[in-house]
Amino acid sequence: MVKDVNIHVKHLTRVEGHGNIYFNTKNGEVSNILWEVDEAPRFFEAFVRGKSYDQLSHLTSRICGICSIGHSIASLRATEAAMGVQISEQTELLRRLALHGENLQSHSLHVGYLVAPDLIGAPSVVPLVKTHTDAVIKIVTLHKFANYLSDLTCGRTIHPITLEVGGFTSIPTEKQLVEVKKQIIDTMVVTGEVAGIVLANAHKLPDFQRESEFIGLTADDHYPYYKGDVASTDGGMWPPESYLDITNEYVVPQSTAKHCKHNRDSYMVGALARFNLNYRHLSDEAKAVAEMFGLEPVCYNPYMNSIAQLVEIMDSLVDSTRIIDQLLSNGLKNETSEVEIRPGRGVGAVEVPRGLLFHDYTIDGLGNCIKANCVIPTNQNHGNIQKDMEAIGPTLVGKPEKEIELTLEMLVRAYDPCISCSTHYLDVKFL
Amino acid sequence: MKPKVAFFDFASCEGCQLEVINLEEKIIDLIDVVEIVSFREAMKEHSDEYDIAFIEGSIQRPMDEERLKKIRGNAKILVALGACACIGGVNKLRNEWSVDNVKEEVYGDADIEGNKLFDAFPTKAINEVVDVDFYIPGCPINKVEFAKVVSHLAIGKTPQLPNYPVCVECKKNENICVFELGKFCLGPVTRAGCNAICPQFQDGCEGCRGFLEDPKMEAQKDVLRKYGIRLDDMMKRFNMFNYKKGVY
Repeated sequence: MVKDVNIHVKHLTRVEGHGNIYFNTKNGEVSNILWEVDEAPRFFEAFVRGKSYDQLSHLTSRICGICSIGHSIASLRATEAAMGVQISEQTELLRRLALHGENLQSHSLHVGYLVAPDLIGAPSVVPLVKTHTDAVIKIVTLHKFANYLSDLTCGRTIHPITLEVGGFTSIPTEKQLVEVKKQIIDTMVVTGEVAGIVLANAHKLPDFQRESEFIGLTADDHYPYYKGDVASTDGGMWPPESYLDITNEYVVPQSTAKHCKHNRDSYMVGALARFNLNYRHLSDEAKAVAEMFGLEPVCYNPYMNSIAQLVEIMDSLVDSTRIIDQLLSNGLKNETSEVEIRPGRGVGAVEVPRGLLFHDYTIDGLGNCIKANCVIPTNQNHGNIQKDMEAIGPTLVGKPEKEIELTLEMLVRAYDPCISCSTHYLDVKFL
Repeated sequence: MKPKVAFFDFASCEGCQLEVINLEEKIIDLIDVVEIVSFREAMKEHSDEYDIAFIEGSIQRPMDEERLKKIRGNAKILVALGACACIGGVNKLRNEWSVDNVKEEVYGDADIEGNKLFDAFPTKAINEVVDVDFYIPGCPINKVEFAKVVSHLAIGKTPQLPNYPVCVECKKNENICVFELGKFCLGPVTRAGCNAICPQFQDGCEGCRGFLEDPKMEAQKDVLRKYGIRLDDMMKRFNMFNYKKGVY
């Protein structure tokens, strides 16, 4: 007689937002496995109606504290597309630098503070301060640098100030850019050391594979975050404007966050999706990090998303130096944002730390928003998390409850879900 | 003995808790004066025994209201963390419409009737549900101010918020008045303590720290008239973090 297992992780920890995991077995078989999101809905798309075009990025950045820069930029790109606003090369370069700042901040937070404790076997980073002081200092150094880069480009890491329709209210000085570049070189060394610490504990990452579809932006000549076409590992390429045919959002009863599906019954977005789609455009330094872990495209192990994030940390640092060089060689100019109010509809598609983000606005002749839709990376991932849990569930039967719980928690954490975003919804429950 | 501290979040972006994490190595100093017993965003450890509860986010559903009341019952001191908790923040903007209207706009014709996860009422700040002892305003909070409030509470001192407008800090920093740049600013009526960070980057104050106890609204309106800002435009911007139905 096999003992029935009933696991319920309520309000999963070390993730952004509220989600629950349920895992139940009966007579040695999985009877229920569920990823539930009970985050309170916030109705952003409803309350931006009637707001002025120049308020939208400041309102929608409030969808998420961790990726507020990404939301701002997706918002600005949608607004600019709707109104036909052109931006300068300098604005595009500074926005790309801001996105790297956020990618570095969010990935170092996730890999260092949220995932590393599972690999080292601690409940949180707090006890590691005493037991793994050096490692914690390195992670803090990396995270701090990322916030510095974000502050410099956006005025503030959380809820950016300087980003506006058509350009920037204020830009860094050349002297500041030269200083930041110096720090990037030091931070690349620290990143290599952090990768070494993770590698020493990487055997704790489950070797789980489930073939799935990966979706993200792609470009001919670089590893894109700011703009590109939408591509799938199942093949095909689409302009961002046709996003509704890609995301196909639907509502499920166990979640205030919507789910998505495309070619299969679920798909994944995020660092691993970008890695799988755009590996060829990574810098040599980033490819070297991937090689340390034997990470190659196409990788179907969702737990490796955290490793793909490490690879992206290195790549964001390298690409930031390229952007700074370009800005310095062009010479910084004080530009004024030129905006003419014009009605229209526009879509902004941006790669943010957790994956592909879409904002879609319709603006009227007075410059007010009359319709908005935001499709969030974590929404696109919820379905894939559920399918992964269903696939890994049966392999866990008979294992100790603690191990089952940890494996499922680590799975959800690997996706780095941002639940506030997705309800604009996370918990593990063993019923 | 060090006071036990717990963090809880409701409807919010969790940016205020992230701002606490952004204290970086200073968190280690913080752990010297208080013991953090629950912080779901960053820790698996959890305990229901705490002295001080920090609440982020606003209240959207009966199930949230119930959870908040339980926390109030456990905590000796309850502190509202950030605009969503203190004043409702951007979450209150939806109160302009009925709950059915906003549900339909976001979830369309999906079958959510009777599902308690979706059982929203108009957004409430947390003091509309429980008694609040202290407020740390802002969207996001200012981490320096947070650290100050925590250290005050740890030694039993009453934390005080500035009761003068953002303009005071802005002038002190010798910023150009953003009205002169043709922008809108709520600095004259908004509580200082942010070091006028938005005007510093040549963007107007949006009032995220809430209005002063006795805001000079007429003076604010005079300024807006002087710079020729339209009334409906002004109302929209007054509302961003400080939503109230009707006229100011």
